[in-house]
Amino acid sequence: MALHGFHRGFTGRITARFDAVERAMLTDLVGQLTEFITPAEPDPWGANADPLARMLGIDPAAERSDDPALARLFPDAYRDDEEAATEFRRYTERSLRDTKLANARTVTDSLTRSGEKLTLVDGEVQAWLGTLNDLRLTIGSRLDIRDDDDVADALSEPYDDDDPRSGLHHVYNWLTYIQESLVQALTGISSAPGMRGS
Amino acid sequence: MGGVGIAPVEVERPESDSEVATERPWITLVWNDPVNLMSYVTYVFMTHFGYSKDKAQELMWDVHHKGRAVVSSGSREEMERDVTAMHSYGLWATLQKDD
Repeated sequence: MALHGFHRGFTGRITARFDAVERAMLTDLVGQLTEFITPAEPDPWGANADPLARMLGIDPAAERSDDPALARLFPDAYRDDEEAATEFRRYTERSLRDTKLANARTVTDSLTRSGEKLTLVDGEVQAWLGTLNDLRLTIGSRLDIRDDDDVADALSEPYDDDDPRSGLHHVYNWLTYIQESLVQALTGISSAPGMRGS
Repeated sequence: MGGVGIAPVEVERPESDSEVATERPWITLVWNDPVNLMSYVTYVFMTHFGYSKDKAQELMWDVHHKGRAVVSSGSREEMERDVTAMHSYGLWATLQKDD
């Protein structure tokens, strides 16, 4: 597919062109992300829960996930204090999940609404940035991108075409291109070539 | 008892460093991450903290080269808000006491 990232038009609007295949692929990826970050337990409080905990979205069972991608999307806020990290997670993780899910919904809605040409309105820009980033973090974790050498490898062609990771690797680079184009359209800032990590 | 003078009174003041340490005892750290784009990290620092492009890029390079950077300091509650914001942007951030 031809690469069309985001641009800022003459009127200042942020636009992109995605063909039907690309829109379907993005919609599918965002759907998978939504499924992935939706809490396994929709109501962790049960009938006899503390009403304040329910109201504030405090999840008494929240723990760091064993899945490295989820652990990266919802990291510990305290590095050397497990108790503080767990307490913080119980107070905040559910609303962080809700934020990410709302971003994903906004992206899906904008894709559903648009034809070949997508024009983002103000609130959608943040949602797109967040969701593209969440997708890249998730796929980066699946591809085991852990350091800058892995990034250099990922920019080359590390997988044979029949390797199951080959497709994911192409998707990752495509999402990187889209996100980079969106940040550049917003700010004029681009990453140094060949150095994608921060 | 001596009279009350109006001359400047010698009062022992804390060193300015420890004063700052008492007022701003917590920091937010952002850690190096091979996935997040350098441009995006710069954008997040500008957007969330209101830093200039130069300052945001300097912090981004610190994260990239040194593995981490202190991006804000303040009360524990303020740092928890900053960390939550960084996590919602997808940056890897932690808070801790400023030793």
